[in-house]
Amino acid sequence: MSKVSRRKFLAGSLAGGVAAMLAPVKKVLASGDFRGFPDGMGVLVDLTRCVGCRSCEAACNKEQGLPAPDLPFDDDSVFDETFHHGTQKRRTTEKAYTVVNRYEPKDSDQPVYRKVQCNHCNEPACLTSCFVKAYTKTNEGAVIYDEHVCVGCRTCMVACPHNIPAYAYSKVIDPVVKKCIFCYDTRVSKGRPPACVEICPAEALTFGKRKDLLRLARARIKSSPEKYQQEIYGEHTVGGSAWMYIAGVPFEELGFDTTLPNEPIINNVKGFLGMVPMVLAIWPALFTGFHLLATKNKDHDHHDDSHTGEGEK
Amino acid sequence: MFGVSNWHMKGLLLLLLTLLLPMGVYAMDAPESVTIDTIAKYYEPVEFDHAMHMDVAEDCSVCHHHTTGTGATNPYCSKCHSENRESATVACQGCHSADPFSAESIRRQGELNLFHDDLIGLKGAYHENCLGCHRQMDGPTGCEDCHAKTDAGERLYHSGKYAPEPSTHSAAEHE
Repeated sequence: MSKVSRRKFLAGSLAGGVAAMLAPVKKVLASGDFRGFPDGMGVLVDLTRCVGCRSCEAACNKEQGLPAPDLPFDDDSVFDETFHHGTQKRRTTEKAYTVVNRYEPKDSDQPVYRKVQCNHCNEPACLTSCFVKAYTKTNEGAVIYDEHVCVGCRTCMVACPHNIPAYAYSKVIDPVVKKCIFCYDTRVSKGRPPACVEICPAEALTFGKRKDLLRLARARIKSSPEKYQQEIYGEHTVGGSAWMYIAGVPFEELGFDTTLPNEPIINNVKGFLGMVPMVLAIWPALFTGFHLLATKNKDHDHHDDSHTGEGEK
Repeated sequence: MFGVSNWHMKGLLLLLLTLLLPMGVYAMDAPESVTIDTIAKYYEPVEFDHAMHMDVAEDCSVCHHHTTGTGATNPYCSKCHSENRESATVACQGCHSADPFSAESIRRQGELNLFHDDLIGLKGAYHENCLGCHRQMDGPTGCEDCHAKTDAGERLYHSGKYAPEPSTHSAAEHE
């Protein structure tokens, strides 16, 4: 029936094989230049507006069906909690995908509150580090993960530059990593803002397209330069993120890591990882060839003289 | 005796009218009190004493920007809104949306040739405006100083009758 000759079939499959082999190499090499999906959503956190009411924590708890907290969400005493001999404030856990911490910067007459959650990086280090591909960066900008795929290796916890993924240490059977998913399933995939944004009484959180939020952030800084720092944290940090912050005091005084590079974490290993498929595919064949060439004559030396030495020249 | 009293009454009325007339120009329909309940869900509606705040703020534009016809206080706003003309709507929710992240609002954020593209929502406008003054003038600043939690609110915050059992949770320092 088909008129595909044996020769054509072989040529076709060879071409297809080469293309399939080259495609992933190209993708890996190009990924370092990714600057987010064009219509990706994000949240602009204006720390000059946050009043520290912790409503976002309460809304997150309800939306994600998390276990009851140890203290009520309107209890201010949590702001005094410190960990590791006072060096660390509260961080995200398996029971709380977002937390608000209080800071007292020296140049501010009143405390500044900072909400912590997954920043949903453009090029997430957690995603890059995950060897079972549990993580996905969606078109809407959310970094989500598949609990059923996660093997609980915690590599993403090491990889995350913002220390966000938490671990379900309480679960004896099948513990997995837990983190903010931008309310992807229930809200953001349907075009609605995440629960924390919706409840925020001061509209410290602004939901919108990342590219529009960047413009709004710059406009706010420009119209009130005395009120804001010039930087937008998350515009470039580790390749940029969907969640970005503007503040009235320097970011390092609010617990932000300002030593992070602007390059995505994957760029540290991109060159090497891009080489791996090439090395794995070409080197065995290449060195087998070398080996055969190098041992060609030696091989025949071991043969007895009953053969006429046809390999010798 | 009766005639004199009548004349006095008429004079008093006239005096009152002349006093009230210039006030009427500015505060034609200004309500004594406003019930803020459109976004009440986790907190009870707020009974806002508008008359008291009119006395405290002195100038309507402190809260109403350029809409009440008293001119804009912010020099940035007065670039366009220099005319002292009352707007068709002066209520907060006339401009500040109760649903600030609807599809329409998000589309507006991307409009490059639009002013007010960073228009804060109704809830944000209230709290930004109220809290700013309340901090400066030592007014109430705690959440429940202005509005009590509803039952749904207490459930959400795990507070009141839904508060977690006092456990072994030790605040302040963890290892």
